[in-house]
Amino acid sequence: MNAAGARSGRLNAAWFVLRRLARDRSALFGLGLIALLVVAALLAPILATHPDDVFELHPAERLRAPSPAHWLGTDRMGADVYSRLLFGARITILIGVIAVGASLIVGVPVGLVAGYYHGWFSDVLMRVSDVFLAVPQVVLAIAIAQTLGPSLPNVILALSATYWPWFARVVYAETRALQQEVFVESTAALGASPWRLTALHVLPNIASPIIVRASIGMGFTILTAAALGFLGLGPPPPTPEWGRTIAESREFLPDAWWYATAPGLAIFLTVMGFNLLGDGLRDVLDPRLRRSRAASDA
Amino acid sequence: MPELLSVRGLSVDFVTDGGVAQVLDGITLDVGPGEVVGLVGESGCGKTTLARAILGILPSGATRIRGGEVRFKGADLLRQDPVAVNDRVRGRAITFIPQDPYTSFSPVFSVQTQIMDLMKWKSPRAGNGGAARSSFRRYPRERRRADRDAVLETLRAVQIPEPARALRRLPHEFSGGQRQRLMIAMALLPQPDLIIADEPTTALDVTIQAQILRLLRTLVKERGVSVLFTTHDLGTAHEICDRVVVMYAGQEMEAAPAEAFFARPAHPYTRRLLASVPSPGGEIRDIPGDVPSLIAPPSGCRFHPRCEYATAECREGRPPPRVLAPGHGVRCHHPVDAPMGADG
Repeated sequence: MNAAGARSGRLNAAWFVLRRLARDRSALFGLGLIALLVVAALLAPILATHPDDVFELHPAERLRAPSPAHWLGTDRMGADVYSRLLFGARITILIGVIAVGASLIVGVPVGLVAGYYHGWFSDVLMRVSDVFLAVPQVVLAIAIAQTLGPSLPNVILALSATYWPWFARVVYAETRALQQEVFVESTAALGASPWRLTALHVLPNIASPIIVRASIGMGFTILTAAALGFLGLGPPPPTPEWGRTIAESREFLPDAWWYATAPGLAIFLTVMGFNLLGDGLRDVLDPRLRRSRAASDA
Repeated sequence: MPELLSVRGLSVDFVTDGGVAQVLDGITLDVGPGEVVGLVGESGCGKTTLARAILGILPSGATRIRGGEVRFKGADLLRQDPVAVNDRVRGRAITFIPQDPYTSFSPVFSVQTQIMDLMKWKSPRAGNGGAARSSFRRYPRERRRADRDAVLETLRAVQIPEPARALRRLPHEFSGGQRQRLMIAMALLPQPDLIIADEPTTALDVTIQAQILRLLRTLVKERGVSVLFTTHDLGTAHEICDRVVVMYAGQEMEAAPAEAFFARPAHPYTRRLLASVPSPGGEIRDIPGDVPSLIAPPSGCRFHPRCEYATAECREGRPPPRVLAPGHGVRCHHPVDAPMGADG
């Protein structure tokens, strides 16, 4: 009965967060943009008007302006820009989710360990992450992608290797701050193991900043991935990666304006979506705000 | 009367960048069964350090126990296996009420989750080996149900309205006073012999303070639980204590039954402290001089540089305990034998 109670409590909390988010127009807008991206990626083969165009050449139809046949025009190979855009969404999501996921898997434990223990080992962990943070992320990612060669796995690797220190930093700072709290101290005083203390007591308390950081990190990672693609360090052609598409389109500007506009807008809206959602989550997830917000519901 | 807790000559040092601070210097005090003892002193006199030393939760690293004993039911807690102390004593036979009810709960879990987590390890029905060292432990359904009933009953006892509904709420949905009631409930639930309350009402406003104090006193007297209650507020001590121990700069100065303490204090410091309590219309009288540095403390009685009665022997050595009346001891070469108010 108690387990069920706890579960419904957690569901209630999730429901509460969603309801709160629904009141925050800009966060809702961000969520809508992300939903659109996900739908586009999942249903790309169905939504695309020319699903075969992604990897096929139609030189006769190159650089056509938007028309009922090609909603967003065609590119230099005669492929349908709209269809390639949809398949590009799959790559974007793949890069973002895996890179942020890998950063979480590395950064959160590093931050927890460094924050929980005091000593040379914590210092080493944090100085290493400082070194990563000291080098501009794009530069480091370019160096890694350049060294390992342009491919999708290497882009993801480069982005993960450069993004995990952000999680380590956030988690470290929050863990250190929490150690001053009486409830953490007393849990330790009652003999809780470090594993129990960090996993069951510290981690739930720092979930909000991690979630917010992950949401904003998605936007940031996607932007960096596009930059790498633009510089030719992304997955090789004919992959419909958005950054690469913009790079290809440059020589046809300003005449074939649709060619660069479509992926450019897609990147812009995706990054904005994740940033707006991140900001909205930051407001909603603070448990201390729940009462005042609940009261304002009435 | 056999004492429940007796601290003998306890000395604790803090190692700081500026040197070694002798935060506790040979503290001796007793708490009898069912007795509410107030530990009174100014901020920084070592009250909290003493409370934490008894619980065995001094911050590790920078603290050093220089000597002394903390005997609980006859056995010295400082010389026992820490795991055994954690299993049987800390959180069970001795519980703790913290100073600040605002940071004492984790903000992300319901009160129920947190209280039941305590009960899982520390309820009177939990077997020994209650250390939470192993991360996972079964919580049998029958025991959980019995524990939950005990929780509801105790929440009623601390006057939390609608306990079953209250349990489902998050900590921030309670006022400071209610949270401190919850803390008192959590301190009572393991059915301890001794509760250490570290200034439990300092963070609350005055009207709530009085309510909480009366409630705490009623509950512990009903259950025969002893309390060691630290406070810097003499009014609080007067409200709740059977006996009062006054501390100054890491040394205990005087211990007396509450009436004698307030009516006929013998130690010059106690008298000064009582005289400095502001009264409406009265002038504010402070104690001349400053609280001494604990890194280079005064020799002998640490109060002697500020004491009007001090003589050479006060500088030489710490005055031995002197018993003035049953239960009334003082560590002073020149105790004052006069009712309060007679000297000024």
